[in-house]
Amino acid sequence: MSDLKKDITILAIESSCDETAASVVVNGRQVLSNVISSQIDIHTLYGGVVPEIASRKHTERVTQVIRQALQEADRKLEDMDAIAVTYGPGLVGPLLIGVSAAKGLSFATGIPLIGVHHIEGHISANYIAEPSLEPPFACLVVSGGHTHLVLVRDYGEYEILGRTQDDAAGEAFDKVAREIGLGYPGGPKIDRASREGDPHAIVFPRGKVAGSRYDFSFSGMKSAVLNYLNTSRMKGISVNVPDVAASFQQAVVDVLVSHAGDAIDQYGLKKFALAGGVAANTALRTGMKEMCGEKGAEFFCPPPILCTDNAAMIGSAAYFEYVKGNFSGLDLNAVPGLRLGQR
Amino acid sequence: MKILAIEASGPVAGCAVLEDGLLIADYNIQYKKKHAQSLVPMMDEVKRMLELDLETVDAIAVAKGPGSFTGLRIGAATAKGAALAMDRPIIPVPTVDSIAYNLYASDSLICPLMDARRQQVYTGIYEWTRSGEGPEGLRFSTVRPQCVIPVSEIAEDLNARGRSVVFLGDGVPVSREALKGLMKVPYAFAPAHLDRQRAAAVAALAWAYYREKGDACMVSADEFRLEYLRLAQAEQEHSERRSFSLLLDK
Repeated sequence: MSDLKKDITILAIESSCDETAASVVVNGRQVLSNVISSQIDIHTLYGGVVPEIASRKHTERVTQVIRQALQEADRKLEDMDAIAVTYGPGLVGPLLIGVSAAKGLSFATGIPLIGVHHIEGHISANYIAEPSLEPPFACLVVSGGHTHLVLVRDYGEYEILGRTQDDAAGEAFDKVAREIGLGYPGGPKIDRASREGDPHAIVFPRGKVAGSRYDFSFSGMKSAVLNYLNTSRMKGISVNVPDVAASFQQAVVDVLVSHAGDAIDQYGLKKFALAGGVAANTALRTGMKEMCGEKGAEFFCPPPILCTDNAAMIGSAAYFEYVKGNFSGLDLNAVPGLRLGQR
Repeated sequence: MKILAIEASGPVAGCAVLEDGLLIADYNIQYKKKHAQSLVPMMDEVKRMLELDLETVDAIAVAKGPGSFTGLRIGAATAKGAALAMDRPIIPVPTVDSIAYNLYASDSLICPLMDARRQQVYTGIYEWTRSGEGPEGLRFSTVRPQCVIPVSEIAEDLNARGRSVVFLGDGVPVSREALKGLMKVPYAFAPAHLDRQRAAAVAALAWAYYREKGDACMVSADEFRLEYLRLAQAEQEHSERRSFSLLLDK
């Protein structure tokens, strides 16, 4: 990689859910701009992301966001070595906006196109946050749409050790937050409420998946919370919201941390990274850091701005594809169920 | 004046290039609905075939809706990306108008029908009128602007006007039977080469706008907005709930 003569500058676009984002990244590690236009205010009205509304907003904002990313980076489009875009997994309508805009740019400039896997992007956020980080390492990707425990063998080479069998961790946070009246988005709201609560007040089950050491299941935990709320209501017992929030969060964190710890032991890993929107959760960060410390593994976690959906991480992942000569054609389509490692 | 036109609002994916009123490329595909995969490669092929230097293109015309939400957005986002890269404006063209523009100098009223699902069509009524003897005296005009309504409602409107009608568009096959019972004025259907969205019609109508209004027919890539004529379902339900609760408050 070091024998490349010049810097590789990539314009990256991300629109897989409800953030319209664009970024300019040099050599996969240096972020010149990272513009994120969030639609969260609109979707809060509906208690979750509405794909049709998200698609409409992406279409309205996509060129402003790209223009701003180039401006803030003080670069021109013709300075770009590649145009990268998330093409899956995610919501198909939103994905298509970024993909179509990127193809329009690539068609008009002749600059090569690189389709990027959204989860590869999240993992790559760690390369930006810690320029010395190199594979191999394990990474737990936790967000509103994904929960993956991944072994990163090399740049762009992944082995999925475990994934959720039902809800994503962030999704479970959203659902529980709605039930206890905290509202959307659930992750940050539960995080905040938990600080006032006792994580051991109520014992919710730690979901296990039979026959699979690394898979996750969060729907059982969610149901346990709902049952607890119903039972309390029927008995006329008032519910302590911070206690419920803290206890639920503890149950989720315990499962995530114990799976991560098992992976570190089994594969003898020296490095462990967090990624995805839920990686911003305070209790999860603390729990992972402590566990890694006990096991003598180095712990990595990007700052919140790189954990949420953003395009800088897409620009980072795209760089490693660029180096390998992996480019996409102008027939690149959105693939909502794209699997990690699939091309 | 060179216009690159993009159409992806319905079953057709297409692109065309019009240079000072001369159509130098018109490439349309109506095959499954894979605009996400077909549209940009088609544009790229046209570019190659014409040895087109995009620097010489003055504007990008695009169907601005109504139509398939996803199709419209594929066309719009592609056009916006290209317009940003080329630093050129966009000429938005109403989809139903551009379908009607396939028919020239018709004495009948022109009524495009696009299948809008949920028992409705995207439609409108258009005519060619004469205000003078010369070629400039013939004008394409809108009788009823594009809208989304049940086919019975547009039929009723047309019957009241007492003139013959030509129907066209992908809403024809799904409305053909209903029209048999509804229509009380003479009517006909456009033939295959005229009856669908076509990139050339988008380009030609954009060119007509430019001759009439000049730069006023253009917007920047950032400003360009689609016209869906329908709210997202969640917005619809949300506003219904709101008006219901307002009603209860009274």
